[in-house]
Formats: sequence, structure tokens, C-alpha cells
Amino acid sequence: MPTRGATVEFRGVTKRYGGATVALADLSFEVPAGAICALVGPSGGGKTTALKIVNRLIEPTSGEVLIDGRNVLSEDPVQLRRRIGYVIQQVGLFPHRTVAENVATVPELVGWPRGRIRQRVRELLELVGLDPTRYEERYPAQLSGGERQRVGVARALAAEPPVMLMDEPFGAVDPIVRERLQDEFLRIHERLGMTVLFVTHDIDEAIKMGSRVAVLQGGRLVQYAPPAELLERPANDFVARFVGADRGLKRLSLISVGECELRDVRTARVGEPVAGSARSADGNPFVLLLDGRGRPEGWVNVERAGAERFDAQMADPSSPLFTRTTRARDALSQLLASGVRTGVVVDDEGRYLGVLALEDVISLLRRDP
Amino acid sequence: MTAGEPLIRWDWVASHVPDILGRIGEHVVLAGIALSVGLVIAFGLAVLALWRPALYAPIVWVTGTMYTIPSLALFALLIPFTGLSLVTAEIGLVSYTLLILVRNIVTGIRNVPEDVREGARAMGYTRAGSFLRVELPLALPAIVAGIRIASVSTIGLVTVTAVIGQGGLGALILDGLILFFSTPLIVGAVLSVLLAVFVDAVLAAVQRLATPWARAR
Repeated sequence: MPTRGATVEFRGVTKRYGGATVALADLSFEVPAGAICALVGPSGGGKTTALKIVNRLIEPTSGEVLIDGRNVLSEDPVQLRRRIGYVIQQVGLFPHRTVAENVATVPELVGWPRGRIRQRVRELLELVGLDPTRYEERYPAQLSGGERQRVGVARALAAEPPVMLMDEPFGAVDPIVRERLQDEFLRIHERLGMTVLFVTHDIDEAIKMGSRVAVLQGGRLVQYAPPAELLERPANDFVARFVGADRGLKRLSLISVGECELRDVRTARVGEPVAGSARSADGNPFVLLLDGRGRPEGWVNVERAGAERFDAQMADPSSPLFTRTTRARDALSQLLASGVRTGVVVDDEGRYLGVLALEDVISLLRRDP
Repeated sequence: MTAGEPLIRWDWVASHVPDILGRIGEHVVLAGIALSVGLVIAFGLAVLALWRPALYAPIVWVTGTMYTIPSLALFALLIPFTGLSLVTAEIGLVSYTLLILVRNIVTGIRNVPEDVREGARAMGYTRAGSFLRVELPLALPAIVAGIRIASVSTIGLVTVTAVIGQGGLGALILDGLILFFSTPLIVGAVLSVLLAVFVDAVLAAVQRLATPWARAR
């Protein structure tokens, strides 16, 4: 069920309330099809206003929003909204309808046949990680906050919208659930490929979720850039302060171990004679012991091996294991927590690829502009 | 009341069963018409008040004033225009239901959470669709609560319409008063109370069945 995303373009969008209050001032930017654009900034910055102008819950004073080149102002708002997914912090589920009925809302409005709706509801509940047979007949009051958010996402996705609007969707759940929901949403997005506009006041969430980040302050767009660029080159002092003094550390969360330069170390296999592995030229007595299939067992000091042949019992497994997709930030914190200087990088089958040294991660940090 | 006469003469009750049942039937019809008409008018007024919030205060003021007019006086005032008729009785009965019903409908709809309302709009409900399929079902507990109060007070009030010759259990009470004979008076009053309690219980059960979500926790 991949959904093709649509481009969303803001053209000189201005929203004034009464005479003087300007909620949005001449907002112009384009979100490419299939991207997640995080709208971030302090409250009152105009994020939510911008979002609601896309599905015409709010009408702009001037300017226009184009979806795939079509001006939303020239469309019937009711029809328009049925093609745009919408998730808000308070979720807004219908308390008098079951989970299945909530998810079926838009397909029913646009008149899908019953069988197709039933199938779609089950498919969506599975997609958001809720077992259909357990959850279909429950009412929103019988769900936890995280479950409600999942149903909210499923309901928004129901009619395969090419554009999805999310207003602090994970703001009301605890940090652990939030992180899980974020990861699951990114996975869903990877599968479906719709365009997402995502409002948050949390810069970490913006950096994690957005392939583009739009920083809004006082109704103006201060910077619009991919997260890495935002962290490396904040457009002004406001953005620099907003992304935080730890922006170097934050940048590490955008880099995966696979993008770092790995080092090679001497390795030995279980069962090989110890005598064969002499001390290396730099005097390092440690070798990395691998099992028969090339998976690391741990470090062995060849000078203190005290046996003829390498054996898994000798290995010290204190180095953390990383895969290529491990975030550099997580790698750093694991290295610091385990008190060792190197981590071992393995492939999907757990086979040795190389090692990542603490110094190398730190040098990434120092590559600050 | 005649001395030495018992409070209730069961032999009278036994010999008047068809008569008593007929009075119950009249009572139910009188109250039923009043509640149905009252509900339709109150619904119209509530929609008007929701659509133009400025109209809510005047609507409550007018229906509130009607509610305070003593029923006997109201019937007396209407007789020159509509005579000793069913219409006279129903005008009085209906006007007493309006305040309670309008207030409960409007409050019920206004108490629908804003995020739910916005959710309905954002999903692509038309204004009427959101009202009928989302807001009205959510307001149902408040509306039924209003109907329950209105029905209990209407059933009590119907006894007064006997004064203008419209029958019902009030006719039994009136007979008792006129004949100084306590049996029909007590039968009429007790049955009126029992009818009100019964209707209230039925409506409570209907509400439970119609709003399964309100019990789900």
C-alpha cells in the first residue's frame, strides 16, 4: 500500500488576526514529495497556523498553499481534508466509536465498499502495532495514551493520503513511549512515502523526524534546511540558541557508525595456535578473537593467554557491539558507559567488520564550524 | 370525606379496572404528545441557539418565563383562545418541557470536546455531518437526561389537565375531590407517580443501550 507523496508549497502565506497581530508573515518554502518537514520553534511562532492553512482549518489572509501544484484555496475544503491525514496532540478520536470505527472514518466518508474498509482497518492497526482482534472493538476510553496516538495515526492514514499533517502528535505521552512512537512512525513513513508536515516545539524531535527542518519565530521562517545543515550552520543567533549549545552532540545523532571511518585490528580465530600471533609492531598485545563464523568473542592478551590454542573462554567481551546503522551518538554514550576505548562493528549477521575508536567519534564532534 | 369510610375501597378499584386502564392510556397519550412536540420544538430552538449563539440568552429567557407561569393560570388564560380543548392542554404541557430540553441539548452539544470537533472537521465531515454523526451522539447522555426530567415533570403535570376536561389520571383525582371519596383520588395519584417512575426507568435503560461507549472504561 505505498502512497505517493505530494509536494507542498507555501507561497507568500500571511495570516493576520484583527488588524495588528501577525501570525504568519510571508511564509514561502517547498516540501518535496515524500519528505518529512519538521516545523519547529517557540510557541506563538506560527507552526500550528501554518499547518492548519494546508487543510484549510484556517484561511490565510494572503498567499497560497499548493499541493502538487494545485492551490488548496480553489478546492472544496471538505473534499480537500479527506485527502489529507491529520493527527493532533489531543488525538481527537471519537469517544463514541470503537477503534475500528474511528479508523474507518475517512474511507466511510468517501464511500469505500464495506469489505475493503474492514480489510484496510485491520491492515492499518497491524501497521501501527495494535493487534486488530484485541483492539478493534475497544472504545478510546479503554486505551492508554500511546495506544490512542497509534489509533490517531492509523485513522489519519486510512484513505492513503499523499499528505499528512501532524501537530505535536507525540507530545502527550511519556518519553519512552514517545521515542517508540517516533521510531515506528519513521518506519511507517519509509514504507508509505507520504509527505509529512510535523509540528513540534522540541528541537531534538525535529532533528530526529525531519528530513527538512523549518524554524519559525514570530511568524517568520528563520531557516529551512536539512537537520545536519541546521546544526552545522545555524542561520543566526536565534537558531543557534534554539538548537542548543550541544549541537555538536546532536549532530552525532544524525551520523551512523557506517558513515565513520573504521579501523582494522589484528584478529584470531578460536582454535588457532596462540604462538602464531606474535605481538604487533606497535607493541599492542591484544587480538580480537572471532568464532568459526567470524563473529567477535572478545579481546585476548596474547602474552597472558596461558594456553596453546585460542579458546572463547579467554576472551574479554567488554567492548560494545555496533552495527552500521548504530547512531554515532549512541555509540559514544555506550563507549563512555562501558569505559573502553573501542567498540566492535559487526554486520547484520554479527560478523566482524572493524572497530570504532573513541577518538574517532570525538574528532567528529570537534569538526564544528 | 365520610366518617368510617376506609382510605381505599378495593371493591371499587376491582369494579373500575377498565375505567382506570382507560385513564392511564389517556395520561400516556397526553404526556407522549407533549414530550414529542416539546422535543421537536426544543431541538429546533437548540439548533438555532447553536447556530447563532446570541439567540441563546433570549431563548432561555422566554422558555424560562413560560416555565414559571402557574399551570392553572396558564390554562385559564388560554381558554378564551383555544377553549376547553386538547390544544389548550398541550400548549401548557409543551411549554413546560422547553426550558429543560433546550438547555440540555445546547449544553450537551457545547460540551463536546474541542479536539473531537476539530478532528471531525479535519477528517472531512461537513458541518451537518459533524453535528449529526459526531456531536449529537456525544451529547446523547445530556439530552436523554433532559428528556427524563421533562417526562417526569410532564407526567405529574398532566393530572392538572383534567381540570379542562382532558381526562388522564387527573380525572380520577378530580372525581375523588368532587365526590369526597378518597379511593379514586389515591388511585390516580399513586398511578401517576408509578407511571413517572416507570417511564424514567425505561428511558434510563434506553440511554444505557444507546451509549455503550459511556460505560466503557
